[in-house]
Amino acid sequence: MITVQNVSKYYGPRCAVHGLDFRIDDGECVGFLGLNGAGKSTTLRLLSCLLLPTSGRIAIRNMDVAQDPHEIRKLIGYLPDSPPLYAEMTVREYLLFAARLRRMTLAAARQRLGPVLETCAIADHADQAIGTLSHGYRQRVGIAQAIMHDPTLLILDEPIQGLDPVQIVEIRELIRRLRGKHTILLSTHILSEIEQTCDRILMMHNGRVHAEGTEEELTERYGTASGGDIELEVRGEASALQKALAGIVLDGAPDIERHEGVLKVTVRAKSDVREAVSRAVIDAGLGLLGMTRVAGGLEQIFVKLTKDSGAGNPSAVSERTGGEGQ
Amino acid sequence: MSNVMLIARRELAGYVRTPSGYLIAAAVLLINGLFFNAFAMGTGAKLSSQVLQDFFYFSSGTTMIAAILLSMRLLAEEKQSGTMVLLYTSPVREWQIVAGKFISALIFLSGITLLTLYMPALIFVNGKVSIGHIGAGYLGLFLLGGAALSIGVLGSALGRNQLTAGVISAAILVTLLLCWLLAARSDPPLKAVLSHLAIWQQHFQPFMRGFFQLSSVVFLVSVMYAALFAATRVLQSQRWG
Repeated sequence: MITVQNVSKYYGPRCAVHGLDFRIDDGECVGFLGLNGAGKSTTLRLLSCLLLPTSGRIAIRNMDVAQDPHEIRKLIGYLPDSPPLYAEMTVREYLLFAARLRRMTLAAARQRLGPVLETCAIADHADQAIGTLSHGYRQRVGIAQAIMHDPTLLILDEPIQGLDPVQIVEIRELIRRLRGKHTILLSTHILSEIEQTCDRILMMHNGRVHAEGTEEELTERYGTASGGDIELEVRGEASALQKALAGIVLDGAPDIERHEGVLKVTVRAKSDVREAVSRAVIDAGLGLLGMTRVAGGLEQIFVKLTKDSGAGNPSAVSERTGGEGQ
Repeated sequence: MSNVMLIARRELAGYVRTPSGYLIAAAVLLINGLFFNAFAMGTGAKLSSQVLQDFFYFSSGTTMIAAILLSMRLLAEEKQSGTMVLLYTSPVREWQIVAGKFISALIFLSGITLLTLYMPALIFVNGKVSIGHIGAGYLGLFLLGGAALSIGVLGSALGRNQLTAGVISAAILVTLLLCWLLAARSDPPLKAVLSHLAIWQQHFQPFMRGFFQLSSVVFLVSVMYAALFAATRVLQSQRWG
């Protein structure tokens, strides 16, 4: 459905994204993961026809964003990082206005309004001025305007930015409800968000896609995903603990320190060994006081990729080199 | 066309719902009323047609200022608040955005201008002026206001915020107003060109005196078209980031 071929975008002499090449199929929920300034928002702006690429080609349903933006916009619902809301309008007026802009008749827009208000859990605030809503509700209204016309492609740029934990859970549930009905592209720098909502991940850094695939594919390709460091708190002797862990395949010897009578242990492994470690510790008659998984799969992969590509310079911005762009 | 009217209606509702629209309308009406009493009516005896001319003279000034104040926010505010994204990602063409904004401001400005009608009506009832003079004067105010608004829309498309939009619009309008001064100090053929560009001296004065001048109608409509066309091009260019 979406084909991106060697796309670059420059803001004046500065490069925001470079050499993007990927494909997204109908019905997928794809997450763009990257640090601030990685080029996620620019990529989504290019896909939503808000910006034109400096070079390369973006096609959505075989239509080129540079040639047919008007037709493509009919297929798209877009939530930018800051929802585009008119403070003086009520939620109802605003959603009807957004729907009419997307070529819905007034009757069809009114019919669609009820289900959208319910889906986004804003029915109780339908006649409230947007300017008086909290940040979380504004974000929901932003999502509501993006889905009012039932778009084929839903683009959400940092949909959980600035929300409190309760609101994050609610918005996550909302996105899950929308999955399957729309092709969804969302960007975030929060790993857990991607893990919990997306089918496929594009990891971006310094304006490029450094890895793409499902969580399992990335795990397989980049190694450490299901393993990671485990931190233990154990009461007992260090020698007994070493003996207990000897039967488990670990990535190097465990680090053991004694602190106020408790052993602080860091264990590294290529697979998830939490169950085996806990059983070994308990069978050895030691006291297992705590166990923490230090880094999850995606987090380790992401840190590895950003380090490999120069995390010392997290900005996506680089100078334009001669002969590139148009 | 439905997109144009949709945008115009939303914008017009914005004028009515926010204090800025009322403030501008109240200021224009207050200043026009004060000028009418202090200068147009004056203390000495005057011909009714002279009083009417004086009314259109200062009304043209308040109309141009109101036009800039009303139009400077049209696109700049949308850019500043991020709501432009909604229009840019909807199947709406740039000319429809520009036309919708312009029409809303023109309707609001025309409404304010029509509220001043009681002053010429007083002259008409108590003095001796023709309806044609009043009609020509109001047509002039409508066209001059429209031209100033279109320049304001262009400034609003160019400016990153309302302040810069207002400054750009005012600079363009003042340049057109002062063209007659430059013309007075220039030699032909530049003199003829500059005189023709003098938006008030050359193209509003005939209406103020009660004359309908087709060339001035063509000029003022051309200014509107050129400024709105340029504003559309500016919006299109902004897709390049």
